[in-house]
Amino acid sequence: MTATTSPTRRARGPWAAELGGLWSGNAGAVLGRNLRSARSTTWVIVVTGFFEPVFYLLAMGIGLGRFIGDVHTSTGATVSYAAFIAPALLAVSAMNGAVYDSTWNVFFKMHFGKLYDAMLATSLGPLDVALGEISYALLRGALYAGGFLTVMAAMGLTTSWAALLALPAAVLVAFGFASLGMAITSYMKTFQQMDWINFVMLPMFLFSATFYPVTVYPGPVQGLVKALPLWHGVELIRGLTTGAMTGALWGHVAYYVVMIALGVTFTTRRLRTMFLR
Amino acid sequence: MTSAPVIEARALTKRFGDLVAVDGIDFEVAPGEAFGLLGPNGAGKSTTMRMIGAVSQRTSGELQVLGLNPDTEGPAIRARLGVVPQEDNLDMELSVRENLVVYGRYFGISRAECHRRADELLAFAQLEEKARTKTDDLSGGMKRRLTIARALVNEPRVLMLDEPTTGLDPQARHVLWDRLFRLKERGTTLVLTTHYMDEAEQLCDRLVVVDHGRIMAEGSPAELIRQYSSREVLELRFGSGRNAEVEPLLDPLADRVEVLPDRVLCYTDDGEDLLERVAALGLEPATSLVRRSSLEDVFLRLTGRSLIE
Repeated sequence: MTATTSPTRRARGPWAAELGGLWSGNAGAVLGRNLRSARSTTWVIVVTGFFEPVFYLLAMGIGLGRFIGDVHTSTGATVSYAAFIAPALLAVSAMNGAVYDSTWNVFFKMHFGKLYDAMLATSLGPLDVALGEISYALLRGALYAGGFLTVMAAMGLTTSWAALLALPAAVLVAFGFASLGMAITSYMKTFQQMDWINFVMLPMFLFSATFYPVTVYPGPVQGLVKALPLWHGVELIRGLTTGAMTGALWGHVAYYVVMIALGVTFTTRRLRTMFLR
Repeated sequence: MTSAPVIEARALTKRFGDLVAVDGIDFEVAPGEAFGLLGPNGAGKSTTMRMIGAVSQRTSGELQVLGLNPDTEGPAIRARLGVVPQEDNLDMELSVRENLVVYGRYFGISRAECHRRADELLAFAQLEEKARTKTDDLSGGMKRRLTIARALVNEPRVLMLDEPTTGLDPQARHVLWDRLFRLKERGTTLVLTTHYMDEAEQLCDRLVVVDHGRIMAEGSPAELIRQYSSREVLELRFGSGRNAEVEPLLDPLADRVEVLPDRVLCYTDDGEDLLERVAALGLEPATSLVRRSSLEDVFLRLTGRSLIE
């Protein structure tokens, strides 16, 4: 029969065969679509998101920092208050950038733009869509982080050459939050549920050892904070910018690797359930 | 080329919980054929289309699309199908031309090739002047044409159209039918759902009438009319009070008589002759109309006149 022997447009990529209907190795087409649509974005709005942590750095680090003086990091280094909170705010800017696109924008595309219906009627699989969307979201996080790191360097707040590693670390943080953000969003059905994301983000931002060391909390609260993703990002980047390189940094990296893996897996599964059942 | 069917369904079934959306249907679609699924809302047409399009898994039964199993080879099937969904899902953030290029990229087609095909398809869809327009600013008919053009970007062997002209004005529908007719002439297999009978008669070589997830009838439009209706229909209006009264008088004269609230339909092979015989009985209808029997008569006979919601 011709129908069965005629050549099929093969899925590409090394694991395409094993992943069956989930992947065609073409996440780049989804990313490409987003970059194209970004051309018509109002860039002013994108830029405002970048300034938020910068304003915190100025108000808290420079302003409030005058009354605080120097502080000790969890690894015992002594730094100015601004240099203490700057790496935390770098993690926050990576997180914010990644979360903007992976939550509200994804929610809109999923329920109103009908974008994923269209994509999944092509040879794309849900893993292509997940990776394409997540990598676009992480790009914004990386963009914010890169800008913030430049501000930090200009203000003399990077006290170590290891700070150069802060950028890839911030990209890892952005990747983690983009994956988690999209995974959670894909389960959300209403605007009210989406508001819960904001409700969780604010306290996480304030209490993840961002503005003071985690040791101020009693034991159980410390445990809770250390379970949250932002704390790991803050500690990872703070370790790098203050030159406190310890083995614990690998633990934070591992936390993010697991978070990315879970985020991508759940997003893929959810997209399949929603659009291919 | 063999004439092996491009789509083959046996006892195809889809359940959503307790609801049986598609209840064991059998059909085949031959290469190059224009095949129609007709049925009222909720008959299971869209669900069937989604199963063929490998975006919905069947509950039971057999289904082969282009010789492939949609359960295991979904992406390979989708790569060779063009899909026009019931509701346009164009990318509103992109321009008209970008919609075509980006969609082609989803199939892994090279950028240069996507651009070449986009130009070709813009011409086909008569949208060349709108190439740079934001998609959101197009009229309904233009959006529909763009959706069809987009579905052709991967040069599919089968084009699936779910209610292609619902909601369009008559001009836009005729332009669209013309485009679809051209595709058919080029040998593209068309599978479409519709509840417009004129559309089915215009486009379909063969169709099935579906209701409650089952196939009620199958054949070419002409065959179905011959089998389930008469050649002509005489429509008589006696006023809403009297329509039912005259039924016993008309019954012996026609093949079949159907009384509706506003008129009486007499199915017969020769409408003019019947009208004369009605007049000879001394009956004086307020208005009378002789017309050819249509698919609509078949459809209403098979799926009933009550409103299904």
